[in-house]
Amino acid sequence: MHPSDSKSIIVVENLAASFGSNIVLENVSFQVYKGEILVIVGESGCGKSTLLRIMIGLQKPSSGKVLFQGVDIASTGEEDLNNYRQNIGVLFQSGALFSSMTLKENIALPLREYTNLDSAMINMIIKMKLGMVNLAGYENHYPSELSGGMKKRAGIARAIALDPIVLFFDELSAGLDPVTAVELDDLIIKTNEALGTTMVIVTHELESIYKIADRVIMLDKTAKGIVAEGDPLELKEKATDPRVRSFFLRQMTEPDLQDGFYVK
Amino acid sequence: MIADNKQDLSKRYEISYVKKNTNLLINLKGEFRLKNLKLFTNEIKKSIRNQTPDTITIDFSGISYIDSAAALAIIQIQKDAAGEKINCLLINLNDEAKGIFSVIHGEALDQMPFKTKKFKDNFLIQIGQASLDIASNIVTFITFVGELLSAIVYTIFHPKSLRVKDILFYMRRAGVDGLPIVGLISLLIGLIIAFMSFLQFRQFGANIYVPSLVSFAMVKELGPIMTAILVAGRSGSAFAAEIGTMVVNEEVDALNTMGFDPVRFLAVPKVLATIIVVPILTIYADFFGVIGGLIVGLTGLDLTAHTYFTQSLKTIKVFDVVTSLIKAAVFAGLISGIGCQRGFQVRAGAQDVGKYTTSAVVSAIFLIVVADSIFAVIFYYIQ
Repeated sequence: MHPSDSKSIIVVENLAASFGSNIVLENVSFQVYKGEILVIVGESGCGKSTLLRIMIGLQKPSSGKVLFQGVDIASTGEEDLNNYRQNIGVLFQSGALFSSMTLKENIALPLREYTNLDSAMINMIIKMKLGMVNLAGYENHYPSELSGGMKKRAGIARAIALDPIVLFFDELSAGLDPVTAVELDDLIIKTNEALGTTMVIVTHELESIYKIADRVIMLDKTAKGIVAEGDPLELKEKATDPRVRSFFLRQMTEPDLQDGFYVK
Repeated sequence: MIADNKQDLSKRYEISYVKKNTNLLINLKGEFRLKNLKLFTNEIKKSIRNQTPDTITIDFSGISYIDSAAALAIIQIQKDAAGEKINCLLINLNDEAKGIFSVIHGEALDQMPFKTKKFKDNFLIQIGQASLDIASNIVTFITFVGELLSAIVYTIFHPKSLRVKDILFYMRRAGVDGLPIVGLISLLIGLIIAFMSFLQFRQFGANIYVPSLVSFAMVKELGPIMTAILVAGRSGSAFAAEIGTMVVNEEVDALNTMGFDPVRFLAVPKVLATIIVVPILTIYADFFGVIGGLIVGLTGLDLTAHTYFTQSLKTIKVFDVVTSLIKAAVFAGLISGIGCQRGFQVRAGAQDVGKYTTSAVVSAIFLIVVADSIFAVIFYYIQ
């Protein structure tokens, strides 16, 4: 789906975030379009995770707005925030499955809490979600009995339990082997195409960025905001900003090399 | 206001039924999602039951939104119909709906779980298992005591390996930070003993013995025991939780691979710090207990502070103070030792940390009471 011909689901306006006197983000504005896979990249410490935490309502920005269906998530009350949270799904870095519960109980948790379905239907939904992430038959396993990739997939199954409109992923393929990472990328693409779920992903993996991203937003530590936005392949070829080039071409920042520090 | 999916669910969709001959045509219009799933499935099922068709056609052309749960419900309706030999056909699916139906795998729905839930073993097996658990628990504790002692001995011969900074840190945690609560509790206990004994003693006009009773009880038993129980609750649990979390985060494995002995690195500073600090806390507790008694003495017994203190000092012998300190040091070793050992027993997960932290406190209090009984007998014969 091409982003430009679809409407925006989340609008971020003039967002700023700081920890004490340390300003992390300044004047960040962008939109998330319906049905797209938006990837947020940037070096460590550039505020990617902070941005994500603000977008899922875990943290308040120091100023600015995050609009979802016309409501500002950053300043709204608990009731709206709760309704918002039923419309989004989040996959945390390590899956964040509850270790004392089986996969079935993990996925059933939001279904029991937010719907009035009987347990037969809930069981069917759990089986379907596990099938979607290729984990059919694992309902009675505990998270500790699964491999890293399986945990991530189980995390996705729980995140899509309520058929959310937007899915957020923190550090998607961190700590996974290349094969598992590719499988996960395929799963993401498949889920995006089949369910039409909008996805916002934070990741460093260039390979998976080129593969899954419809659009990329690059944050930078010194700029404290967005330095590039667009199709990843185009950015790789056409970007002129050295920070963007060095990220996509996997180089050290060029000026450093010429300053004589390495050349001496 | 973000749409609350609980409102107006029935108005978001519309279903019309057309019966032609033996075929029932069901037209779906609007939004079909998890939140109104129960409503529309019941509605459709009811009309199928009433109309008793031979074939069903479900028309999707009017659908504006459908999610995977609703699609699953439609598949379920299709399956139920097939069970009653009714052929059910889905027509006019748009691309979005087709996409959703394509990811619902029939095999996944029929897949039996790879693992069945474990049922409880019978009573005899449970008893056997519990006995084995207790036995292995004792063995691991004895092993740990051995490791700890050898680590302490090693530290004595290699003082440089001792991390003084850590010891000071834990001395502050277990000792200084505990001063307010230990002081308060002891003060109140001294006050209570003085008051209760005064109620009894005044019947015989023996008020002058109240200070003796308070100081005797505080120094010999209550000071060490109350301090130990408070330290078990404050520091024993903290040690178990701290080491347990480190095990979960693989920090203990990291220490092992770097060639550090985790017991020497993590447990020894904690144990030494507690052994140093708990006797001091105990003296502090004794003092505050006596002060608590003094408050009652001054206000209720018409004693002067001078008489109260001389009477107290007359009762307490040096032997009592020394044994009290020895007891406190032993309790400290037990509390910190069991705290660290329970921490190392954690295997995985938040629940394990909770379980072993609780166990650290319970075991510590149990060991304190047992050790105290043994001391009571030993000191009786020594004296």
